[in-house]
Amino acid sequence: MSENKVEVRNLTKKFGDLLVLNNASFSIKNGEFVCLVGPTGCGKTTFLNLLVKLLEPTSGEILIDGEPADPKKHNISFVFQEPSAFPWLTVEENIRSGLELKHMSAGVIKERTEEILNMLGLEKVRKSYPHELSASTEQRIVIGRSFALHPDLLLMDEPYAAMDIKVRYFLEDEVIRLWKATGSTVIFITHNIEEAVYLAERCLVMSPKPTTIKSEISIDLPRPRDISSPEFIRLREEITDMIKWW
Amino acid sequence: MISKKEKRIRLLLSIAGLVIFFGVWEMAVQMGFISSRILSPPSKVVSAFIQKLTDTKPEGATLITHFLMSFKLALSAFLAAVIIGVPLGLFMGQYKAFDRFLTPIFEIIRPIPPIAWIPIVILVAGIGMSGKVFIIFVAAFVPCVINSYLGIKLTSPVLVNVARTFGASDWQIFTKVCIPSSLNMVFTGVRNALGASWSTLVAAEMLASTGGLGYMIQMGRQLIRPDIILVGMLTIGCTGALLSWLLGLLEKKVAPWRYR
Repeated sequence: MSENKVEVRNLTKKFGDLLVLNNASFSIKNGEFVCLVGPTGCGKTTFLNLLVKLLEPTSGEILIDGEPADPKKHNISFVFQEPSAFPWLTVEENIRSGLELKHMSAGVIKERTEEILNMLGLEKVRKSYPHELSASTEQRIVIGRSFALHPDLLLMDEPYAAMDIKVRYFLEDEVIRLWKATGSTVIFITHNIEEAVYLAERCLVMSPKPTTIKSEISIDLPRPRDISSPEFIRLREEITDMIKWW
Repeated sequence: MISKKEKRIRLLLSIAGLVIFFGVWEMAVQMGFISSRILSPPSKVVSAFIQKLTDTKPEGATLITHFLMSFKLALSAFLAAVIIGVPLGLFMGQYKAFDRFLTPIFEIIRPIPPIAWIPIVILVAGIGMSGKVFIIFVAAFVPCVINSYLGIKLTSPVLVNVARTFGASDWQIFTKVCIPSSLNMVFTGVRNALGASWSTLVAAEMLASTGGLGYMIQMGRQLIRPDIILVGMLTIGCTGALLSWLLGLLEKKVAPWRYR
């Protein structure tokens, strides 16, 4: 197995004449946590939909473990910006649902579900339905459902955009815990630069449309990170300067 | 949660509504505002009801016989409509080929009111049981199809995408995402279908029959017996309400998430 889990080569997407994504190439190491940051309206959603094969690229390819990405073969998971827990399933059933769709064995399903419920502290509400819980809890269920798969590639599209700042810090720490425990490879999209610097091992900075990867920055700060440390602030400002288009 | 006291108040309000409705009606007739030849008071309706349980006069059958005839008729047509209509609507919502193939025909049939079918049904099927079942079937079929279709169409695309990124097949998406998500709409459709089948019943039975609640009502008119007409009407009303309530219980069992 190569060291790179995900390899994106010359990815290009056109809608008619509109060039949305222009020749983007990058790679992600096995078990890495990568944040994608970019100005609003830079085609992030298109980019994500390409990565999980909801859209077909105009040209270029996406490889997972050296093979073309395929949701039926690879363990891909997507945490959408919108609430996406299945409303007709309880918390526990929601977390099981991805594993069941993948036809995992009963033993694995049970073990993973308990692991996730335990890590998220959701055992008490396992029989509740999502609408009985808060919006942030629903998002945590969705994130748990994704991590339960121990995905090869987990994409998160601004999952905390609608959360208030206090909940966000808590959730960001939680996502790091889940990531460490499951050893998943994560691509986390955000327009919140502070969030990116707080979470990522590496930040990929995108340009305005037509989108391409403008540069990348490794973030090698110890965790938990101190958002007021000079090094943190320097990195944050460096990235901010890169995506300034005004 | 609602407290016990709150529950009692709600129950009292419902009972008060019924008492006032029937009380005003009773008084209006007793005090002579409305002639009792035109409208029977509730007390008279109750005694006619009790009498009709065993008495075959004046039109030839007891209330129970009429009721069972109608009930079998409406229920068999309603069940047939649900069994055929719901899956059809679900498939039309999910699969484009079904949609393209069937929607034009359905759109033409849909606006035709069930009673407009009566003349052609008499010509084709005569005035027997099958003709009536067909008319009630049409009335119940349309809401079953429409709601099931819409239920599928209104499935959140995000949820479909969640399943798709998990590698779900089209069939899994249909059965694990689209159908559960449409269940509430389906139940609303089934409830409307139940109402439609009950209300079309009388029309179907008026077209020509020798028994059933619709027949009894019709005979009550000919014999100028408003009490019998009202017994028939209230039997239909109460049965409809009861069935609707039972359907509600079933929905809570099958689709509990909406009720917690």
